[in-house]
Amino acid sequence: MQHRWTMKRLINIQPSPLARIILAALPFIITLLLYLWISDMRLSSNPNDKLMPAFSSFATAISELAFTPSKRTGEYLFWIDTVSSLQRLLLGVSISALIGLIVGLLNGAIPLLRANLSPYITVLSLIPPMAILPILFIIFGLEELSKVILIVIGITPFIIRDLQGKTLELPSEQLIKAQTLGASTWQILLRVILPQMVPRLIEAIRLSLGPAWLFLISAEAIAAQSGLGYRIFLVRRYLSMDVILPYVVWITLLAFILDWLLRKLSQRVFPWFHDPR
Amino acid sequence: MSFIEINNVCKHYDKTVVLERVNAKVEHGEFITLVGASGCGKTTFLKMLLGTEVPSRGSITLHNRPIAQEPGPDRGIVFQRYSVFPHLTALQNLILAHEFKHARLIGKLFGQKRNEAIAQAYTMLTSVGLEHADDRYPHQLSGGMQQRLAIAQAFMQQPEVLLLDEPFGALDPGIRGDMHQLVLDIWGKTAINIFMITHDLKEGFYLGTRLWVFDKIRHDPQAPHAYGATITYDIPLGHTDRSTYKTIHRALQRNKPVATRNSQ
Ligand SMILES: Nc1ncnc2c1ncn2[C@@H]1O[C@H](COP(=O)(O)OP(=O)(O)O)[C@@H](O)[C@H]1O
Ligand SMILES: [Mg+2]
Repeated sequence: MQHRWTMKRLINIQPSPLARIILAALPFIITLLLYLWISDMRLSSNPNDKLMPAFSSFATAISELAFTPSKRTGEYLFWIDTVSSLQRLLLGVSISALIGLIVGLLNGAIPLLRANLSPYITVLSLIPPMAILPILFIIFGLEELSKVILIVIGITPFIIRDLQGKTLELPSEQLIKAQTLGASTWQILLRVILPQMVPRLIEAIRLSLGPAWLFLISAEAIAAQSGLGYRIFLVRRYLSMDVILPYVVWITLLAFILDWLLRKLSQRVFPWFHDPR
Repeated sequence: MSFIEINNVCKHYDKTVVLERVNAKVEHGEFITLVGASGCGKTTFLKMLLGTEVPSRGSITLHNRPIAQEPGPDRGIVFQRYSVFPHLTALQNLILAHEFKHARLIGKLFGQKRNEAIAQAYTMLTSVGLEHADDRYPHQLSGGMQQRLAIAQAFMQQPEVLLLDEPFGALDPGIRGDMHQLVLDIWGKTAINIFMITHDLKEGFYLGTRLWVFDKIRHDPQAPHAYGATITYDIPLGHTDRSTYKTIHRALQRNKPVATRNSQ
């Protein structure tokens, strides 16, 4: 009877569904309250403090950017920024995904190609992309192209290496089995490896989205006419935390939504990949 | 010349001799079971038939020609695990061989041809008792169902030789009986040549028409890897012809007691 009263080991205690939600929400709520509290303190001692604006200032700043046409151009800057950034990001990530899938898959599947390209790609992946951003600006100009290419250069080597590794991890039994069923190299690539690599590609993309945002915002900070990163760095001069902080939250939200969409898409389309776990 | 001839085959990895002086002749339709201590080289032997390993010395011929040094459609295989494709449903796994054969470029069949392949696949699915699991993915099947699917998949290709590497090793003893029946059934219907590794000697005696025991005949206590294993016993298990098998099989099906298979 004694053990009924002893506590289970910590590793064996699972939160109930409700507790799970509360536990997950708690850090967000605490951060928010902490911000409100400190901001309030600072503002009451100095009403002109710019570092931690009140929520009302955020609302004013964003409604000005998002719902009032700009005085200079008549555009809604917040949405222009969002569209420009998303366009660059999605274009860069899509190109990287395509190259990464093809090269990674071929590298993983064909030893001759791997011997040929793998060391080269390893070296390329070690080049810090930000260090060659000036070169990109020189070659491709300050327009859209160099920003997209920075993303591509930044994340493609990772995707290639990840997919090459995942291809090599496929049980050799599968490739042997396909050959005993009469498959050619091409057919094995098409029917055995490719379909199994697509959900893994989605995983790799989800992991690369963080770096992709990093490269995008860096490039926008240095040279752009619009974009979320551009705006943040532009208003930095005026210490406009009332714009910067909502933009950061917005970027985080966009990143979260993209990740969530990719995860749901993969679960829906590739049940065999997600269920076994 | 025999269907398969194994001439003085030796296999070593660096200084480790795994197999040495393996000699055998195999005729059409034989069902050979391979037994031996773990690590003695049975899988290595099967891999040389499969074409993923090459003999260090000696030769293996199939139809008088050296056996291809890569896997091919004439030699099917069922592994203990990973034998079916996880991203394809049971039905898709079965029509794959047809698709490889008839759609060289895109590896996928459509319309009439696909329907024909599906019809054949259903016949096979039914014969392995999986007709109701046609749209399930392998992870939704039990271990026994997966192995039945793997066997069905191998037979869809109609190989001349079927290699089985402890195919039932991971299954519950209860299911193994059904699997034996299945393999004997399909072997009885086709002119196929089976090599099956098993660690269950009883299974080896029950299923095969011929039993090979792999073991080392020479030992050097100072250098345990200096000598390899070979076929130490080559035991015929009754008549190898299919008509005999069918007689016994029919008798078994009628549940009549039958004398041992050796007494034919
Ligand atoms: N690729 C390899 N390289 C080196 N040694 C190997 C290789 N494959 C198998 N062996 C060795 O060959 C021996 C026989 O292995 P295997 O054929 O798998 O045995 P069995 O199937 O009879 O259990 C083992 O000692 C194993 O360590
Ligand atoms: Mg083995």
